[in-house]
Amino acid sequence: MNWHEHSLKSLSQALLKKEVSSVELSQYFLNRMVQYQGMNAYLDVDHDLTLSQAKLADQRIAKGQAGPLTGIPVAHKDVFVTKFWKSTAASKMLSHYVSPFDATVVANLGVDGAGMVCLGKTNMDEFAMGSSNENSAFGPVLNPWGRSFVPGGSSGGSAAAVAAGLAPIATGTDTGGSIRQPAAFCGITGLKPTYGTVSRFGMIAYASSLDQAGPMGKSAEDCGLLLNAIAGHDPKDSTSLERDKENYLQHIGGNWLEGAAKPLQGLRIGVPKEFFTQGLQEEVRQALESALDTYQRLGATCVSVSLPQTSLSIPVYYVLAPAEASSNLSRYDGVRYGYRATEYKDLAQMYQRSRSEGFGAEVKRRILIGTYVLSQGYYDAYYLQAQKIRRIIAQDFQKAFLDCDVLIGPVAPNTAWKIGEKSNDPLEMYLEDIFTLSINLAGLPAMSIPCGQSTENLPIGLQMIGNYFAEARMLQIADHFQRETDFHLQAPTLDTVEVVK
Amino acid sequence: MNIEEIKHLAQLSSLEVDSEQIQQLSTELENILQLVGQLQSVDTTNVEPLCHPISLMTELNQPFRPDLVTEMNDRENNLKPAPASFEGLFLVPKVIE
Repeated sequence: MNWHEHSLKSLSQALLKKEVSSVELSQYFLNRMVQYQGMNAYLDVDHDLTLSQAKLADQRIAKGQAGPLTGIPVAHKDVFVTKFWKSTAASKMLSHYVSPFDATVVANLGVDGAGMVCLGKTNMDEFAMGSSNENSAFGPVLNPWGRSFVPGGSSGGSAAAVAAGLAPIATGTDTGGSIRQPAAFCGITGLKPTYGTVSRFGMIAYASSLDQAGPMGKSAEDCGLLLNAIAGHDPKDSTSLERDKENYLQHIGGNWLEGAAKPLQGLRIGVPKEFFTQGLQEEVRQALESALDTYQRLGATCVSVSLPQTSLSIPVYYVLAPAEASSNLSRYDGVRYGYRATEYKDLAQMYQRSRSEGFGAEVKRRILIGTYVLSQGYYDAYYLQAQKIRRIIAQDFQKAFLDCDVLIGPVAPNTAWKIGEKSNDPLEMYLEDIFTLSINLAGLPAMSIPCGQSTENLPIGLQMIGNYFAEARMLQIADHFQRETDFHLQAPTLDTVEVVK
Repeated sequence: MNIEEIKHLAQLSSLEVDSEQIQQLSTELENILQLVGQLQSVDTTNVEPLCHPISLMTELNQPFRPDLVTEMNDRENNLKPAPASFEGLFLVPKVIE
């Protein structure tokens, strides 16, 4: 059986009908992970641990206590701490770190929660800082669609694992596009929920007012199933929102307007004109235009809207995120956990050397920039000014939503680039985040959905942005597109990535 | 950004900067600061800073919780990841001579 081609629903049915056990299913994915380990999608993997969780899931299924995800394997981005697998955030600083507790996301999905089986931890950019996965201390992940291309970042390992069938679904986090952009580069579906929807407890912090966890899967429906299990209030995260439990699949398959002739009749799609400027790769533009045609065939109407400060989201983000990072990463001092330098003359030098040797170049750059913009004399000009423009950016979205229900545009200006192509110039890479950053600044939910392939056979992603708490509707809209198209079902030919690490 | 400024910044950040890398770092940081310098072109008179997106969604910015001890005293497990510990305490180099 080709279990890696199945939807979560189909895997769950197979488990309940005893066509396969969770142990067999987990072993199937573990075998694929060994076969394609050259892709470097995973960091810590432990077959015995995975299989022991699968055995517990099988017992639960046998007792008739299975939920919709019980027994299905899942891969966790290494930014989530886990009690049994190492949690490194792809940093030398945490290369041996094992957490005394599970992140809330991990616990919600695990043995005492939904009953999913952890396949291991996926590679990423160090501390989630990067857009290509090249900032991992453990080597870059290769894009399953072409091993010389980056998988995107920072959740590149999760995206590559799902695209290559090394996991049925995975978790990711998104601070400035880290779920959506790798999902686009690897041709999978990813969802960054409204800020505060999913607990950040146990998620190794990068920029706390922007970080949000979400699902990365093969379809909108799969993402909704996982979101159902990870969303919800958590008293351990003071920014976690207290809202009634919601079924994110409630609108799947239904019409936008009940009783309408076409499924999406009545839906108004806003097309931000700033997302379709000269910098956009021609093939990306064509794929987007054709996707909008598909939506119009389904009954939706398109309206042009404006998000005038889109280009300023880059400088705003690269002030606020490093500022928060410089504060968050001050906890790594070589005392309570993490890397400690071997040679130092006193405590201050122990801190400095441990941090300098433990952090990679991009992490250090962001700490320095963050410290700079927060320091006396520069605070007002940079940090405060960025926070003010952050409000303007968030208000611009609310103005746009007066005329439309969701926004649709590209996830990124280009398809995946070659490994090494942009790694020498940090700035060039920052500019690639132009369409994803503003969403995190405003705290809005957004998705990435496959909508085409380039002539180089690289996936193209469509970004859908919703208003706060619109996830269920966004999944409905995305699912209708996936009923109409087969971009999300395309799979890479994997013999190209069988290189050994 | 000159060498002295970078050294000061590194000290504030508790980082050591290699003297060989300092020139390259200076160029990189200059480029980033040039990018973020674009912020100065925007008129933000009468705009309140936005610290956190939650304030746009709900009134309740800072929820209260009951003042109860909920964390377990798990000294042994919390000390396990420490690079050095002794008799239940974290060890650091001598601070007072």
